[in-house]
Amino acid sequence: MSKKIVVIFAHHNFTDSRIQRSLLNGISNLQNVEIRDLYKLYPDYFIDAKKEQSALAAADLIVFQHPINWYSSPAILKEWQDIVLEYGYAYGEKGTALKGKDFLQVVSTGGGKEVYQPTGNNRFKIEEFLRPFEATAYLCGIVYHKPFVVHQAYRISDQELKERTKDYVSLLKSYIENGNTALDPLNTHIL
Amino acid sequence: MNHDILLFLVVVFSAALIAVPITTRLGLGSVIGYLVAGLIIGPEGLKLISNPENILHLAEFGVVLLLFMIGLELNPKNLWKLRRSIFGLGTIQVVLTACAACLLLTAIGWDLGPSLVAGLGFSMSSTAIVMQIVGERGIKNTTVGKSSFSVLLFQDISVVPIMVLVSLLAVDEVSKGPEINPIAAILSIIGIIVGGRYLSRPIFRWVAGTKSREVSLALALLIVVGISYIMTLVGLSMALGAFLAGVILAESEYRHELEANIEPFKGILLGLFFLAVGMGIKITILLASPLQLLGLVTGLIVLKIVLLSLIARFFEVEGRDRLLLGILLSQGGEFAFVLFSSALNSKIISPELAALLNGAVTVSMLTTPLLLILYDRWAKKCAIDDAKPENDKISNDGHPVIIAGFGRMGQIIARLLHLNKFSTTIIDHSPDNIERVRRFGFKAYYGDATQLALLEAAGIQDAKLFVIAIDDRERIIEMVDIARSHFPNIPILARAFDRNHAYELLKRNVTYFERETFGSALNMGESALKILGIHPFKAHRTALHFKRYDAELIQKQFAVHTDEKEVISTSRAAREQLEKLFMEDSILFADNSSSNWD
Repeated sequence: MSKKIVVIFAHHNFTDSRIQRSLLNGISNLQNVEIRDLYKLYPDYFIDAKKEQSALAAADLIVFQHPINWYSSPAILKEWQDIVLEYGYAYGEKGTALKGKDFLQVVSTGGGKEVYQPTGNNRFKIEEFLRPFEATAYLCGIVYHKPFVVHQAYRISDQELKERTKDYVSLLKSYIENGNTALDPLNTHIL
Repeated sequence: MNHDILLFLVVVFSAALIAVPITTRLGLGSVIGYLVAGLIIGPEGLKLISNPENILHLAEFGVVLLLFMIGLELNPKNLWKLRRSIFGLGTIQVVLTACAACLLLTAIGWDLGPSLVAGLGFSMSSTAIVMQIVGERGIKNTTVGKSSFSVLLFQDISVVPIMVLVSLLAVDEVSKGPEINPIAAILSIIGIIVGGRYLSRPIFRWVAGTKSREVSLALALLIVVGISYIMTLVGLSMALGAFLAGVILAESEYRHELEANIEPFKGILLGLFFLAVGMGIKITILLASPLQLLGLVTGLIVLKIVLLSLIARFFEVEGRDRLLLGILLSQGGEFAFVLFSSALNSKIISPELAALLNGAVTVSMLTTPLLLILYDRWAKKCAIDDAKPENDKISNDGHPVIIAGFGRMGQIIARLLHLNKFSTTIIDHSPDNIERVRRFGFKAYYGDATQLALLEAAGIQDAKLFVIAIDDRERIIEMVDIARSHFPNIPILARAFDRNHAYELLKRNVTYFERETFGSALNMGESALKILGIHPFKAHRTALHFKRYDAELIQKQFAVHTDEKEVISTSRAAREQLEKLFMEDSILFADNSSSNWD
């Protein structure tokens, strides 16, 4: 039985985006993938928790796809977590609605892989910046996998971007067919 | 004869016009002004008016209207809450004062009959004076205000048995008290209750449908006059009947309209009443026995203040308020005049004694405002000494928000406020709207909100916000002017029609306004951008950006806005303004939404 995926997408200036547009266009026609573009659905930030929760209910894999803005997600994705992941739904005594689901974060960064190192300009690895997401997933009983990262957003060549988009598409396709064996586990030892 | 009436009216109104502003300016209140004016123009003064008794007869109707309006503010539920103070405080006050005064007077050698008449008369206070003062001081909803009202109400109720008592004292058989037909009395009271409950609403609605102010005015007066007439027929007090009718109509949604209609008549007739009392002061007789008068007045006032302050202790009146209550009710009342004249007719008292007693009551009416000034001085000093100010016991009878106009705008505003548990009072001039509002459980009143009296009746003095959402640009400005000049502190949120209307509002310092179609135009603009393929978030931000920009533009243009543009409704001027707007848009509006993230 094929798996279902929901992609929670956030980009506050999608019109001028290159990387994220390419990634999103790549998966936009896949079967079993629902894309929820938050800035499009909720331009006034007034997120409908019930609607979002029913979208999550149908999915086996939850994807957060967004650029890294100031070492975190765009603002609306934080708002989405605050509103949708309610007590009694996602966590707490009866909050088991998301338990056992898989989670994948798909992010793009301006800097290259080398600046996301203890010795680089950003001083931390990308996984460390994403710790709040990992912890959130853990609390909700969601399985957090190794994030899919596209570096060098401003310098990446069209060819390379095409390659990375293809990787992303085949990763999701493989999940739909095979489930979470397609995803790499988060190897905490390397951090 | 016509000339006489005209001359009379000219004299009366001029006297009021001269005397009342002087005394209110001096902080004495309007009552003293009327009394003094009456004294000056009366038979003992300039002799401009010779027959004060006739006027008094007409002016007593002012007291009836006053009671009607008091009733309007008290629905049966609130009245029931006051039962303890009406029958407890009221009974004790009347009985104790009458007995004590009677004992004291017999002790100094008066006969029992005159002593009792004087005692009963002195136990009454003046509803007209006290309620006027309570209203002017704005203490209607305080413990003191409510207690004094309870006492006065009981005094009005006790008028009937007292009159019967006096008729029993009558020395000769000529006199008789009011003839009361008990069955007719009970039937008429039931009639008032049933009629007020079930007949009034359809009649009011029908009258409101005629949209004629005169007709609804006539209806209001007919109610009061008609009830008074029925009451005199069955031998009950007119004031009591009017009060009863008021209580029953207090739950009607047309209550504020009634209040607004009756208010000016009440004011004028009450003024006339005080004038007549002033005219009736017989200075020559009083001056013939000044010591006796002084003794009576002092005794009357001191006795009432002392007794009331003591009783008040048992009715939740605290500290200095007890003295305030005593002073408020320390004067003799208008009913004393009626009682004394009836006792005179029954030959219980002599004409000289009647003049003396009337004089004492009148003088005691003059002293109330003066004593209150002394009290205020003293209380102020105490308050400073107290360090911590006393809590005003103002109950939550007022409504925080008044909305004028319950059309397409007012409805949405009211629903939002209602959802957030703000109690709102709605004023609208369409009976259909009022009917609809009531069905949804709002408080709604029929009327024209440009009437100051109606705004006051709706409680604008206690409101936290005044929302003007009516569908008439001139009226909106009128309403703003009225509210601003009488209640400068209340925030106003006004519906603006367009730019120029907004300038008119800004000129009047109304900073909270919304142009009625601006919000929806902005939303439609945003939708248009979205349909044309602009990203929704970008479209939304552009709209918000435009909103901010335009609000700033209005302020900027208002600063350079000249008065010749005020009359702008001409199409040429509007076109010029539009051209200017488009030009400024292209220069000033920069959509600086950020684009520095990929």
